[in-house]
Amino acid sequence: MSDDNSDQLEVLTGKHYVTGNLAVAEGSLAVGCKYFGGYPITPSSEIAEHMAMRLPQVNGHFVQFEDEIASIASILGASWGGAKSMTATSGPGYSLMVENIGLGMMTETPCVIVNVQRGGPSTGLPTLVGQQDVMQTKWGSHGDFEPIAISPSTVQECFDQAITCFNLSEKYRLPVTFLLDEVIGHMSERLVIPTKDKIKIISRKKPDVPPEEYLPYKAGKDLVPPMALAGEGYNVMMTGLTHDERGYPDISAEAQEINVRRINDKIRKNKKKIIQLEEYMLDDAEIALVSFGTTARSAKGAVNRAREKGIKVGLLRLITIWPFPDERIQLLADQVKKILVPEINYGQVCKEVERTVHGKTDVKGIFKLGGAIHSPEEILKEIERGTK
Amino acid sequence: MARTEVRFAGFGGQGIGLMGRLVGEAVALYEKGKNSVMTQSYGPESRGGASSADVVIDTGEIDFPKATELDYFVVLSEEAYHKYIPKLKKGGILFVEQDLVTLDDSANKAKHVFKIPATKIAESLGSKIFANIAMLGYVCENSKDIVSEEALVKVMKQKIKARYVEKNLVAFQKGKEYKQEG
Amino acid sequence: MTEENIDLIESHEHPLDGYLRNGRIPHIFCPGCSLGSIMTVIVDSILAAGFDPKKVAVVSGIGCTGRIAGYLNFDSFHTTHGRAIPFAIGLSVTDPERKVIVVSGDGDLFAIGGNHMIHSARRNADITVICVNNFNYGMTGGQAGPTSYKGQFQSTAPYGSVEEPFNLPDLAASCGAVYVARWTALDVRRMKDSVVEALLKKGFSFVEVLGSCPTTYGRRNQLAEGKMILEHFKEHTELQHGADTREVGISKDGPMIVGKFVDIEGRPTLTDHLLSLQEKGRASISKK
Repeated sequence: MSDDNSDQLEVLTGKHYVTGNLAVAEGSLAVGCKYFGGYPITPSSEIAEHMAMRLPQVNGHFVQFEDEIASIASILGASWGGAKSMTATSGPGYSLMVENIGLGMMTETPCVIVNVQRGGPSTGLPTLVGQQDVMQTKWGSHGDFEPIAISPSTVQECFDQAITCFNLSEKYRLPVTFLLDEVIGHMSERLVIPTKDKIKIISRKKPDVPPEEYLPYKAGKDLVPPMALAGEGYNVMMTGLTHDERGYPDISAEAQEINVRRINDKIRKNKKKIIQLEEYMLDDAEIALVSFGTTARSAKGAVNRAREKGIKVGLLRLITIWPFPDERIQLLADQVKKILVPEINYGQVCKEVERTVHGKTDVKGIFKLGGAIHSPEEILKEIERGTK
Repeated sequence: MARTEVRFAGFGGQGIGLMGRLVGEAVALYEKGKNSVMTQSYGPESRGGASSADVVIDTGEIDFPKATELDYFVVLSEEAYHKYIPKLKKGGILFVEQDLVTLDDSANKAKHVFKIPATKIAESLGSKIFANIAMLGYVCENSKDIVSEEALVKVMKQKIKARYVEKNLVAFQKGKEYKQEG
Repeated sequence: MTEENIDLIESHEHPLDGYLRNGRIPHIFCPGCSLGSIMTVIVDSILAAGFDPKKVAVVSGIGCTGRIAGYLNFDSFHTTHGRAIPFAIGLSVTDPERKVIVVSGDGDLFAIGGNHMIHSARRNADITVICVNNFNYGMTGGQAGPTSYKGQFQSTAPYGSVEEPFNLPDLAASCGAVYVARWTALDVRRMKDSVVEALLKKGFSFVEVLGSCPTTYGRRNQLAEGKMILEHFKEHTELQHGADTREVGISKDGPMIVGKFVDIEGRPTLTDHLLSLQEKGRASISKK
């Protein structure tokens, strides 16, 4: 096989039967990921293992590091070096990564972090499911930033949304978190990989001015500055310190207002373009479920069972968790008597829903603390209770 | 077709995961209009001890991905039998490796119990490693709504290492042709 | 001074013009700090090594030395505390033609970043690490660190430091660095020749530079001016090329052994390995 064919190897067009973790890896390759820096951790390791095998085939690099801190630092470096880059981990590893996720936010460095969630806190349940890192994704790193986090519910979505994660990270220049959970990461389902021309690939905007006129952190209307890479003669300057449009440190309240406001606003003001939701039987619903990830499958099962019993219930599935779909949930609050939030944690998305609805409707969480997913019957029981 | 839940179980090293993957893939990729989800038990307990792989099959979208009430329970070890027999639904179908599992009263809820000396059949082909595939042949022949022979053979030819394919296909055939004693 | 003279002065260009960032100077370094002259040596060395400036990247962590990257007009990256090395590895492997230089302090590289330091030496990453050792945490106000010698006074060692310091060249050498040298801030010529060698070396090269920090180290240790620290270096320095790195640890009033300690040829680098993995990866496909 010559070098020229490595291009087609990025996209393994056809029907496959693979786990969510493998689908994430193949989706990342299909969108052009060329660098993976990682550290083994259950239940995400299959992503690293697969990338170790696949990246060298497509002229990419896989490097296994001494820890998760080095892994995330390396993918930021690789991104500035011009590669679409990623890492994959689980809660404990994500905890170690959050400082440099902050560096990525501040320096506006595109990259993707996959978090295959397991039960926590601490070592918790290494091999069993959890959805307890929703808030860590939002608030884990210090300071104000607006993260993007996407949560898939099928193996197909693991592939499709891995592509979206890379595209959003490139478009808006930030680290994007792909929030899987152990069940979706390890289960096998049909995956259909389209031909290469059907895959939408977005790459970071490059400067259209010569180096002497380039201001690395001057953004246009979309609030996202064009990104020059190392080695292109632009003498790139990057710092985690608060900086001006030249990228020079500026330790002042004024610079902070401009810098930090913009990196938040580029997401806030583009929320509508970023957020993806699935609405299921919501039109006439009197009770709504809000769920995500594997739990949303059980929630859909509960909706089907309740509908058979004539209960008007629907599901709002959060494909995008961050930014949070406040506007849609507010509309839902005007429509339904009750919102139920099944999730595998002790009330993370539920609290966001409560915040959003301002007491306009009842909100109740259906919590499992990790280790098992909800059965549709468990959720159905709460739906039936809600009708009384 | 309604939802069908199948569990393959045994001990580590019997190729239980492979049984699940082959069946899951054969259904999802080669049975028209059918979906499948395959899950396996993970973690330290999956090395040695009881090992299991679940395949959920449906013509519609599969919401809940795990097996809860088994329509089929295919079991190749005593330990796995005792661990999982409570999950077999009343009127479900049980397949057992007859030399490795001693049935007790809890098997009575099964509508049918199919017994096969899968390991002995495999050994007659040179190695007990073919026992899982002999069992698959038996399951394929004696169940209506799991998977067709055509689809399964197609996947076996793709997924099993080339140098083992032929032997496995023979094991599959032997399992398929096996008629229960008595 | 006549007007004529003023014109003359203004018409002169500084030799480093173009290699320092416009608008970033004056730097933040204290009077008597050696980082200014070390920075000059680094730029001189980059130029002397003959690299295409486009293909040079400088990466720093956090601390006084960590600010150097931001003053240099190359691709420059000011990362987080201790994480310059793994960032540099990502930058390095994405372009084998790129020369990546890490410039950071002893606390950054050997305390919080120590794990990355030893592992990148082990994997022979294609980077040059220049560690300015000022024996303490300068930027945060003079706390003791992993290089503080026994009996050294610092804000968190008010009774004198009690722990053994790291011997940096020995640590780097024992972990697999292919080039190891140590200089004081006074040895600018030798330092330059050595940094040029380090930069041209394939694989993990390491240069320790003993720097002067009068403000937060010297002041507490009877060396209150930069000049006094440099004089101390002058009096205590012993040049020993090829010295056994186990013997070059630093103690209070002991000798400061400088020189080139390690220079190994031919050890494959991380980049070499990654490129050969690509060949294997491609071969694995053509077999199918």
